[in-house]
Amino acid sequence: MMNADNNLVNYLLHLADTTLILSQRNSEWCGHGPVLEQDIALTNIALDLLGQSRNFYQYAAIVSGNNHTEDTLAYLRTEREYKNLLLTEQPNGDWAQTILRQYLFSQFQYLYFEQLQYSADTQIAAITAKALKEIKYHVRWSSEWVIRLGDGTEESKVRMNAAIITLWPYTGEMFMPASYEQTIAFRGIGYDCSELKEIWQQKVKTIFEEATLIVPEKVFMQTGGKNGTHTENMGYILTELQYVQRAYPNCEW
Amino acid sequence: MQDEIKNITAILETVSDPEIPVLSVTDMGIIREVKMNGDSVEVIITPTYTGCPAMDMIAMNIRLALIEKGYRNVIITSVLSPAWTTDWMTESGKQKLKAYGIAPPQTPSGIPSDGTIACPQCHSTNTRCISEFGSTACKALYQCNDCKEPFDYFKCH
Repeated sequence: MMNADNNLVNYLLHLADTTLILSQRNSEWCGHGPVLEQDIALTNIALDLLGQSRNFYQYAAIVSGNNHTEDTLAYLRTEREYKNLLLTEQPNGDWAQTILRQYLFSQFQYLYFEQLQYSADTQIAAITAKALKEIKYHVRWSSEWVIRLGDGTEESKVRMNAAIITLWPYTGEMFMPASYEQTIAFRGIGYDCSELKEIWQQKVKTIFEEATLIVPEKVFMQTGGKNGTHTENMGYILTELQYVQRAYPNCEW
Repeated sequence: MQDEIKNITAILETVSDPEIPVLSVTDMGIIREVKMNGDSVEVIITPTYTGCPAMDMIAMNIRLALIEKGYRNVIITSVLSPAWTTDWMTESGKQKLKAYGIAPPQTPSGIPSDGTIACPQCHSTNTRCISEFGSTACKALYQCNDCKEPFDYFKCH
């Protein structure tokens, strides 16, 4: 048997899991959005993220070679095997928390995929170059909402500030590479995410200033998602996500 | 061989997009190449939007259309790079979209500012974006300030 490139598999799973879990979270809003247009916007974003995750899972299945398919990778792994960013698994909370989670992530994802489109791995380059076109819309939509809520009513500002306090501790992880990420970055396939910290902070600061919000300083940062140590939310997400495949193995739509 | 490929291309022009039935897959610009190898046909397509659920159906419809015309060995290959862009949509495709009531994508691609997209009903450019996300992944929701008609705009990509 050929030895699979484990670092590459882990890296692809990290990219796939992150987009899958955020997609899953956003789709929880389906039918519950504050107005129809925004419900549709959020579920459209969920669909884009799902498409990205499918591309990464399909590629991970090929690289891992272990009779895996995109479905076995998405539906049949356990919590500790998921490598998504902790930020993406945080609960939807209220509209402010959902919006802020999307903005903080999309702003990072845009900068990150801008680099990955030049990956030495042509498949990663192709997936991310294509995804960038969609992420551009996600950044624009979510940043407009951050401004609208932050610089909105007294109530919306209170909620936005509460969302910042809740979510900010999960942003640090985006810029702390796991060991497989470092290896992959060194090979020219990935990109050193720590390099993006400053520019991300700058972009967020610009939007926050327009939204009359304040960027927190010196916050303890939670980590672990990239290596499979998750917050207590993860088990509940997987229970719902995997239920059908666990209850009726191999069932097809 | 060239005639055969022409023949296949003509068949592909009859395969419509399931979400926007006035457009064929060739109008959409998702057919990248047609190859013949003995009696097998390979159609290379590229997805429009990453998560577009119509892509699986499009691949199946292409296969069915070719099988119906007597091609037995049909391979559909999907490639991601270079990434699909609305710039590949044909001019006739854009006219068909407009007649169907969907404002066609602007060229060159990019996010448009208000007051630049023409209403497909009354042609006024006094229009505004209601939501950058519409009924499908490829559309945004607009409204005309003059005739008041809401309409879909096919997003640039």
